[in-house]
Amino acid sequence: MSLLDRELSGVVMTPDNIRTKKLSLVANLGVAVAALLVSAALVLGLGIGNWVLVVVLGWALYLVGLLYVAGRVEGRRAARNRAWKSLIYSACILAILPLASVVWTLVSKGVGRLDGDFFGTSMNNIGARDQNGGAYHAIIGTLEQVGIAALIAVPLGVLGAIYLVEYGRGKFAGTVRFFVDVMTGIPSIVAGLFILSFWVLIVSPWFNDGQPRFSGFAASLALSVLMLPTIVRSTEEMLRLVPGPLREGAYALGVPQWKTILKIVVPTALPGIVTGVMLAIARAAGETAPVLLVAGGAAAINFDPFNGNQSSLALYVYQQAGDASKYAPARAWTAALTLVTIVLILTIAAKMLARRNSLTR
Amino acid sequence: MAKRIEASNVSSYYGSFKAIDSISMTVEPKTITALIGPSGCGKSTFLRSINRMHEVLPNARIEGRLTIDEQNIYDPDVDVTAVRRLIGMVFQRPNPFPTMSIYENVVAGLKLNGVKKKSALDDAAEQSLKSANLWNEVKDRLNRPGAGLSGGQQQRLCIARTIAVEPQVVLMDEPCSALDPISTLAIEDLMFKLKDRFTIIIVTHNMQQAARVSDKTGFFSIDKTGDPGRLIEYDDTQKIFSNPTQKKTEDYITGRFG
Repeated sequence: MSLLDRELSGVVMTPDNIRTKKLSLVANLGVAVAALLVSAALVLGLGIGNWVLVVVLGWALYLVGLLYVAGRVEGRRAARNRAWKSLIYSACILAILPLASVVWTLVSKGVGRLDGDFFGTSMNNIGARDQNGGAYHAIIGTLEQVGIAALIAVPLGVLGAIYLVEYGRGKFAGTVRFFVDVMTGIPSIVAGLFILSFWVLIVSPWFNDGQPRFSGFAASLALSVLMLPTIVRSTEEMLRLVPGPLREGAYALGVPQWKTILKIVVPTALPGIVTGVMLAIARAAGETAPVLLVAGGAAAINFDPFNGNQSSLALYVYQQAGDASKYAPARAWTAALTLVTIVLILTIAAKMLARRNSLTR
Repeated sequence: MAKRIEASNVSSYYGSFKAIDSISMTVEPKTITALIGPSGCGKSTFLRSINRMHEVLPNARIEGRLTIDEQNIYDPDVDVTAVRRLIGMVFQRPNPFPTMSIYENVVAGLKLNGVKKKSALDDAAEQSLKSANLWNEVKDRLNRPGAGLSGGQQQRLCIARTIAVEPQVVLMDEPCSALDPISTLAIEDLMFKLKDRFTIIIVTHNMQQAARVSDKTGFFSIDKTGDPGRLIEYDDTQKIFSNPTQKKTEDYITGRFG
């Protein structure tokens, strides 16, 4: 008795014909054009909206029409497949649209002040009627503050994640993990207030003849508080993805645990860890509130992160966007464009570094 | 220097579950010993107990004495990493380090244990790859990723990596179960070659393989699921496969059970 004979009589596993009709591309486009025309006639004819509604309604009509036409030509299963595929593509386009819109707005509005003056001067002595003025001081501030914050948060976060994955057992590890989760939800303003009350008001007077003092370093501390949980959680997830047999393989060679972690586990997870770190850095670079609270903001260039007010790009955008001068909005857009570009360059550089360390297939 | 391994009343636990029950056996130096038996009877657990790999898993513990040349490896003052340098292990699935090249994989054990001299590493890499019958296939692409090799080549790479650190004992946990017959044959040939230098203990589900390669065979079994595994019979391979003393062994090797 062959396999086929033993099949249940009601279940046909072997179709008589493996060929089906396909909906042609012309028919597909025809449906799309028809849907748009009907939608245009409906919306504009009734006068209930403009071209946006035409596109949205046309899209919905296209999906329904495609489902119907394909159902007639190809059969139900193929038609449903088509409809789902169109839905998923639409969702993808819908998700990309806002992103493209943000990039376009930034570039088109930010390009106006993209000149040497913007990158070479500060806002010192720039009045409401002055057309020039730049963000040099803010770029310095962002780079220094985020750099120091990364120096604090990355080692702590990665080591903390290594503890949780490789060593942490029992109650203590569970508690640490719980508080890391809680920390993820801390609003940035709360981190700023914490550093303001702890560092600026209590600690900084010791270094400054009894006077509390704003500093870029205080902003770094606040930013590192915000970065830490993101780094711990993302690194933890990445380390957990490293297969156990890899660790055992190293142990079986007589390699001690710390060396296994350092030379086998972390390098294997490195690309993912770098991605998590860059996400945290990007988030920190865009924070305004903590910088405003503990670094105070400044119009002049201040290279020293440990002494005196500093500005940052995000804070600069906030201040220029709210400024009364008619030249301020252009400066805000260009600063926003600069911030996005800096984060982008850092991310690409980090990814390339991480990839160079791991071999390509 | 191959070494003698002696287990007396070794029991291993996962938490409160007893996986093997007082196993006692002696493995002579420069022999191949095969451990056979149905799935879940504790062969791998016993194997992993020999180089203290069992305790890597959470809540795993062990009772009894396991000695290598009269030294109990479970004494409190024994350094785990030193034990594992003496007793290497090859796993069921090939596990080359994915971030390393073929060359780096082979010398990983040496390099991570502090050998820095380039010439020594090069020598060790060539010797080990030759011993593992892999040299001719990879000598022109030593800096390609180890994970890019075929399954059989990867397993031989892992064997090369294991013997590069010159252990005295090599444990193999079903090293051929994921391989095709030709790669399996290559690894069996390799085991004969390595027998001159190492003591080899191999866990296998393939009884022909056990009969082909081993000098002695241990048969493990369990009474029913949830019971600890026991060593039913341990004798010369010849005797186990031709004239076993235990009824259970005979049933298993003739295919009437398990």
